[in-house]
Amino acid sequence: MSVAITNLSTENFDSEINSANQPILVDFWAEWCGPCKMIAPILEEIADEQEGVIKIAKVDVDNAPELAQKFEIMSIPTLIVFNNGEPAKRLVGAQGKHQLLDALSEFI
Amino acid sequence: MSDSHQTVVIIGSGPAGLTAAIYTARAELNPLVIEGEPSSTGDQPGGQLMLTTEVENFPGFPEGILGPQLMADMKAQAEKFGATFLTRKVTKVDLTTKPFEIWIGNPDENSPAHTADAVIISTGAQSVMLEVEGEKRLLGHGLSTCATCDGFFFKDKKIAVVGGGDSAIEEATFLTKFASEVTVIHRRDELRASKIMQKRAHENPKINFLWDSEVTEILGSNSVEAVKIRNTKTLEETELDLEGIFIAIGHKPNTSLFIDKLSIDNLGYIKTEPQSTKTNIEGVFACGDIQDHKYRQAITAAGSGCMAAIDAEDWLENHQS
Repeated sequence: MSVAITNLSTENFDSEINSANQPILVDFWAEWCGPCKMIAPILEEIADEQEGVIKIAKVDVDNAPELAQKFEIMSIPTLIVFNNGEPAKRLVGAQGKHQLLDALSEFI
Repeated sequence: MSDSHQTVVIIGSGPAGLTAAIYTARAELNPLVIEGEPSSTGDQPGGQLMLTTEVENFPGFPEGILGPQLMADMKAQAEKFGATFLTRKVTKVDLTTKPFEIWIGNPDENSPAHTADAVIISTGAQSVMLEVEGEKRLLGHGLSTCATCDGFFFKDKKIAVVGGGDSAIEEATFLTKFASEVTVIHRRDELRASKIMQKRAHENPKINFLWDSEVTEILGSNSVEAVKIRNTKTLEETELDLEGIFIAIGHKPNTSLFIDKLSIDNLGYIKTEPQSTKTNIEGVFACGDIQDHKYRQAITAAGSGCMAAIDAEDWLENHQS
């Protein structure tokens, strides 16, 4: 059973981020971004393996340009980890699973 | 032999590697493709086409095809014939032993992750950076090497593209979909890009050119605000205000694994025998941009990938016990 990855929109973003009782990694992505597609399966694996430890969510910047602007996204994929409702870490650019897990080690 | 032993290992998965995979898989050599790991620099599974949009010059697609789609299709085609894929980076090779030894992960491990009777190298090339002050710090904050990934974030903004070749002009043209103004900064007074790309750029009212100019520094506290430019003829220094800058000054071959292990030419590309993909080590073949500083097209990479597969198959037939 794979863990569902929540799609965040301008409507549910704040409530999802603030109600999370674990760190939540938000992937800012878009359909037309090659590197975003490359890391999508990796994020699904991490969501499964780290269930209960870290949550994974996605923001499609085409559907939520306001969120992209709010968090000053200028390059995708950008991954932002929110801890207790606050941005705690930001990773720009696609990377492999090992590097990603290393970068997330403080949360998992 | 252990199950980590392969008849053929292909390192890299751009058009060259995937074509080699299709051909070696159809020849029932069960190739393992070590495809690399995601990145945003051109050095990633699927290769440089993963960072492009429309590919207009790959034969067979009169309406064009998206780069990432073309690569996904090539991979599916290789998988259909039995190629297997590993989404890891090779960290070390030993080409002095038979079978050849290949490490992934920790290169200091005693035993290699894989051994192979024949190796096809197709690690391609990645973007060259400017190597100027401010560049690393502002990468992803207004400085980008991937117009298709990041163009969207520069709606109605003033931006620049550095470079004068096909990829620079293609990016500049693409970016006019979003930006209000695109300045092409080029260190010469004419473009290297193909005629059709040049014509498109010159006819585009949003594109202007800054000739004989090189960027010497990227300025901005949290995101790009301006660049310092030096005129290559008068040496005069000026600043240009802008909110985004895209680097497209060329590519360098991904040879770091093979330095001191294979013959490399003075431009840094792996040397292959004329009319062949053979390197100076028997059983090791190179194809695509890693051995081609002249053509560097998806179709020529694919063509040389096919050659490498046939060369490898021939060699294996004569050398396998």
